[in-house]
Amino acid sequence: MPPITTAPVAETRVRTAKPKLAVWKFASCDGCQLSLLDCEDELLTVVGAVDIAFFPEATSTVLPGPYDVSLVEGSITTPHDATRIQEIRAQSKVLVAIGACATAGGIQSLRNYADVKEFTSYVYASPQYISTLSSSTAIADHVPVDFELRGCPISKQQLLELLNAYLHGRAPTLPNHSVCVECKSRGIVCTMVSHATPCLGPVTHAGCGALCPAHARGCYGCFGPKEAANAMSLGSWFTDALKVPDLDVQRAFRSFNADAAVFAEESKRHGE
Amino acid sequence: MTPTRVLIDRSGLDALIATLAAQGYRVLGPTLGRDAIVLGDVAGTDDLPVGWTDEQEAGHYRLRRRDDAALFGYVLGPHSFKRFLYPPRQRLWSVSRGSGPDLEVRAEPHDDRPLAFLGVRPCEIAAMRIQERVLTGGEFPDPSYADRYGRAFVVAVQCTEPGGTCFCASMRTGPRAGTDCDLALTELLGPDRHDLLVEVRTPRGEQIVAGLPAREATDADVATANEALARAEASMGRSLDTEGIVELLERNIESPAWGKVADRCLACANCTSVCPTCFCTTVEDTTDLTGQHAERWRRWDSCFNRDFSFIAGSLIRHSTRSRYRQWMTHKLSAWHRQFGTSGCVGCGRCITWCPVGIDITHEVDSIRNHERSASTFHTVGGRYR
Repeated sequence: MPPITTAPVAETRVRTAKPKLAVWKFASCDGCQLSLLDCEDELLTVVGAVDIAFFPEATSTVLPGPYDVSLVEGSITTPHDATRIQEIRAQSKVLVAIGACATAGGIQSLRNYADVKEFTSYVYASPQYISTLSSSTAIADHVPVDFELRGCPISKQQLLELLNAYLHGRAPTLPNHSVCVECKSRGIVCTMVSHATPCLGPVTHAGCGALCPAHARGCYGCFGPKEAANAMSLGSWFTDALKVPDLDVQRAFRSFNADAAVFAEESKRHGE
Repeated sequence: MTPTRVLIDRSGLDALIATLAAQGYRVLGPTLGRDAIVLGDVAGTDDLPVGWTDEQEAGHYRLRRRDDAALFGYVLGPHSFKRFLYPPRQRLWSVSRGSGPDLEVRAEPHDDRPLAFLGVRPCEIAAMRIQERVLTGGEFPDPSYADRYGRAFVVAVQCTEPGGTCFCASMRTGPRAGTDCDLALTELLGPDRHDLLVEVRTPRGEQIVAGLPAREATDADVATANEALARAEASMGRSLDTEGIVELLERNIESPAWGKVADRCLACANCTSVCPTCFCTTVEDTTDLTGQHAERWRRWDSCFNRDFSFIAGSLIRHSTRSRYRQWMTHKLSAWHRQFGTSGCVGCGRCITWCPVGIDITHEVDSIRNHERSASTFHTVGGRYR
């Protein structure tokens, strides 16, 4: 079919300068921010489209704020960080929390179920110098967040989609449905139904492309709870139908997203 | 003239597959996956799950070895032919900025190769017709579905051994295949025979059969097939009471049964994904980083997904209760008013592949029972009479 031509369209967005991008780190492993460097094929295009104003993992250049977009990795675990995130929020037009630490406390939020003082006494020779909070919490528990990218780590495709959508002034296509939708779209056979392998997919936010079920393993819930997640029904199925011991169910719900409310609540139903 | 009924053996089926491929068809049918029978490309009978069967219950599927070499000794896996006629993701059109001021819009071309479906169960054939009605019967027909379905060659396999979650007899879609296929096969497997009875249903089916190594089927062969089909009809794993179901669900939109099923429902969309008639999609626009190229894609969506109900700036179905109710009342009741048939063909996939084993046939019973007990309460003089 011949190309259809239309009348010229006006630019949807007039920009005088490239947007300033900053990348911040809190309690985390750096894996999520490295997803940006992992963009490889698209990295040069990204760098061409934005000004990297603050990104210590990539460049020693530091430009002063305010920043158009701040990507924030990590959870809040110290009094100093609780103050620092307020300053970053004040300097950022758009603040995006990236990864399980920033959106649900991360694996380190296991401390929320234990005594942090006891931990520090085991780990540090002089624990009196350690200044830490008793909990690990998400960025949104401290400041308003404009968007959350889920995952441990985040998906670089999702990060690119978010930046892409921002640059072109459109809504990002980042669905909040279950991992099951990704499995079924790819034609992956359900691990729970076909071999009784417990899977958090039905209560977990999509975004990984069903990585683990594609290899016949159950979903570990890296992307945290999906919208309207019915963790109680799934947890009951694990114990009643699949005969998974309570402690294992508790561990399944307490991992990378241990401070996500829905997972936290279900984990408590399976023992303390 | 070729008789309308012939017998072929396994080599005859190989010849049928080879003939379809030689005529340019991409032949798709059941194949043995790691954990289930899945649909894939079939180059010969060696690609079929020969000697395998499946064990199915609510939220439960297991592959099992048979003690014979049946070619079609299993029922449905998680894939339906919907994957090929109405793919999970499909580009609709793309657009680029050209060198001049104009945009170049390109419609997506149709597939080159027509599809041939082998081993299609009668419930699936009914589902294809339902989707055809839904997708091409209205004011804005879907050209890609019309093209794929219009050209597809359909080889049915009638069911002689229904599965644990099958209820096609209740929905009157099986175990016999109707006329919406080119050929209908029935596997005749006994201690000293292994044949396929081939019934010709269309002129192009007749044309293909004419070139196959075949024997004429006797009345006894036909009687054997009919007996097996009658036995199948009487041994469905499930049944669904469809008596007055359109009105039943319309009357019971506030039934307490919806709340109970919502306590178990994960709103994960597995049921709608495996359903061979569920047709809801959304469209997504993509851009590249340079802004020079954009594409519009259509992908499967589900009434169980929150954002699916985003209309005019807000969500209308927050609760899982309202989403499950929307799905089931549309499937079993409103579909009749909208499209003239039920939206359910009784394939049982939504029961098998629900991760927590929710059973649509039980849920209908539950609504009936709640209504019955409520009306009993009224007639015996309950407080709210």
